[in-house]
Amino acid sequence: MNPKRKSRLYLAVFLLVAVAGTTGALMMALEQNINMFYPPEDIVSGVAPADTQIRAGGMVADGSVRRNADSLAVSFVITDHLGADFTVTYTGILPDLFREGQGIIVQGKLGADGVFAANEVLAKHDENYMPPELMDMAVHAEKKGA
Amino acid sequence: MIAEFGQISLALAACLALAAAATGFFANGPRLVLLAGATRSMVAGQFVFIAVAFAILVWCFATDDFSVAYVANHSNSLLPIQYKISATWGGHEGSFLLWTLIMCCWMVLIVIRSSNYPERFINRVLGTLSVLNLGFISFLFFTSNPFTLLVPLTPADGSDLNPLLQDFGLIVHPPLLYAGYVGMAVPFAFAIAALLENRVDGAWARWSRPWTNFAWAFLTLGIALGSWWAYYELGWGGWWFWDPVENASFMPWLVATALIHSLAVTEKRGAFKSWTLLLAIAAFSLSLLGGFIVRSGVLTSVHAFAVDPERGAYILVFLALVVGSSLLLYALRVGQDRVQVGYALLSREFFMLTNNVILVLSLAVVLWGTMAPIGYEVLTGDRISIGVPFFNTFFVPLMLTLAAALALVPALNWKRSGWSSVKTEIIHALPGALVVSALLWFLTDPQSLTVLVALSLAAWIVLTHLQDLWRRSRRKGAIPLAYWGMMLAHWGFAMSIVGVAITSSQSIEEDVRMVPAQTQMLGQAQVRFEGINQVQGPNYESQQGQFLVTREDGSQFQLYPEKRRYLAGGNIMTEAGIEAGFWADTYISLGEPLGGDAWAVRLHYKPLVRWVWIGCLLMALGGSLAVMDKRYRRLQQRQNAARRPAAGGMGAKEAQA
Repeated sequence: MNPKRKSRLYLAVFLLVAVAGTTGALMMALEQNINMFYPPEDIVSGVAPADTQIRAGGMVADGSVRRNADSLAVSFVITDHLGADFTVTYTGILPDLFREGQGIIVQGKLGADGVFAANEVLAKHDENYMPPELMDMAVHAEKKGA
Repeated sequence: MIAEFGQISLALAACLALAAAATGFFANGPRLVLLAGATRSMVAGQFVFIAVAFAILVWCFATDDFSVAYVANHSNSLLPIQYKISATWGGHEGSFLLWTLIMCCWMVLIVIRSSNYPERFINRVLGTLSVLNLGFISFLFFTSNPFTLLVPLTPADGSDLNPLLQDFGLIVHPPLLYAGYVGMAVPFAFAIAALLENRVDGAWARWSRPWTNFAWAFLTLGIALGSWWAYYELGWGGWWFWDPVENASFMPWLVATALIHSLAVTEKRGAFKSWTLLLAIAAFSLSLLGGFIVRSGVLTSVHAFAVDPERGAYILVFLALVVGSSLLLYALRVGQDRVQVGYALLSREFFMLTNNVILVLSLAVVLWGTMAPIGYEVLTGDRISIGVPFFNTFFVPLMLTLAAALALVPALNWKRSGWSSVKTEIIHALPGALVVSALLWFLTDPQSLTVLVALSLAAWIVLTHLQDLWRRSRRKGAIPLAYWGMMLAHWGFAMSIVGVAITSSQSIEEDVRMVPAQTQMLGQAQVRFEGINQVQGPNYESQQGQFLVTREDGSQFQLYPEKRRYLAGGNIMTEAGIEAGFWADTYISLGEPLGGDAWAVRLHYKPLVRWVWIGCLLMALGGSLAVMDKRYRRLQQRQNAARRPAAGGMGAKEAQA
């Protein structure tokens, strides 16, 4: 083979291996790291899978936040104000904008008992900002109400 | 009504951009020489009018002119003056005005240096940039006007700047980041001009290189500052979240890094030409995509300025036009003078190619991870998010491969290298690096094998680069600045790798409930919660925690993390207490009060976290040093000399020089 062809062959093989490897790994990693988002009604009705890493969101129900007296464990209820609500347990520090009545997103696993064990609680950093997931729900709720 | 002058100023700048675009592209031939020359003045004019508009907006903020809607929404009379001024770019409209201003700065810089380049070429460059600028100004004018008035419903006071943004980080982060983002327009314009003028050659690559380095250095600094800001201001103690907006700035950075290296090959060897062009187009397109992600609100992010589909649609159409037309031009013109440049497997070219492939693959990962949620929603209507592990799974192996390739590069020659030239790198430096890092690894915390690999590769990079520096220094002649630039940037990369590896594997993070006088161990140190004080700030009131940390050796220091409540908006904000050190940070932030005197407290010990940012700083410094290399100045003198007797005759021949 002349050197030109040889270097081109190296290049092609190199590119092929790199691209194939990455694509394969990409699909695999994606499979494991996708977190589907579910509104409260899907959590309650059983549409959301149990024991799988998922996201859920809604409003923190008024008067529902219960703290453990000597650890950072906390539980609260997430509601869509349309009758669907579920309990969330979490251990750790809640974000600054977490409070009752605020829209939040939790990430974690739904137990067989219907309690959502969160490993992450997300509230956004601007009072006026609403995550797009919750925005849809708000619009949805308004339509239902009207 | 000074704000109306701002409006007029914007309109005038838009007119000049349109005119400059027309003359830049179409004023050819000897009879239009005056018109062609006017392009430069009109570019300067765009700068003047945008600068005036910007100054007016700053003035409105400084004087609390709440009749301007943007000021009323982003400022407050209680705000300290430095934050009133930085609030100018604290929201969508003003930050985009800053973006446009920075665009004009780049354009003026090109005008100042324009004698370095052929007249027609530089007119094409300025024409391209003016078209882009016209797009930016119309975006401001039609979708995001910062000068919209609230008359007669002028509020008595403004609704305050988001407290997260009331910080030194915000004053400097956006200007630097935008300088990088917008700076990518310069290599883009050079690529378009090269395509239009049919001179995709070594000279073009040489002209592009300093601009690309310069913009890249700004982008690096901007990203590092953003990461540092998130670390001390968000109160979570993390420095990178794979947040869509972080990704938005990281994607052009990855491509720009590839572009810097690929431009070097194109300049020195005339290879990778069409690939380099494609990278230049991609780098700027990804900057625009970043703008789309940040400003359209399609993605959930802490940075989302506003959820406004109209703005998103505008940027998307603009992006489609820019990418579409430049790729069309690329398809029509590229490959007309295809030259075969051969090189061996063990050559600098091949390793530069490796660098490019890895960086582009990394880009693919980030792009995929960032855009997949949007695609998924469009296709199925369901919302998903992609977890941090997705990104880490790829980035660790990709960056380690990149590091391994990087370690060999200084010893390699262009075209072909013998085994003998890399022998010392492999026989001496590699075992040396392995021994040093294995020793460190065992002495500290032998947990993860990945960390050992990362440490060894970083040490290897440092050693092989030192070896090459030693070889160079024994040769005659001064070491050029560009070489020092490369050294610094590569050492910076190694330093960042060490920082990332150590801080992510050996940080200690405790979230605990603490009452006053309680102590808690944090690794080897003892943390004592002394209590909470009420503190009054200029526009906030704060509960300030007092913590006494006693290190293993008995030395002590105090930390004062705060929980602030901003008076104007009622926003709650966490202000971390950080004892910053070259070797490690101690980081304490307050969670929420838990009833009684108890508080939720976040205690972090983060070894080598500063190295992540110091490494970036070195990279940026390296990039800027390379810009100042004498050869770019020599080029100018030579061209000035060459132009007098006969124009032209440059290009391919010069690339060999």
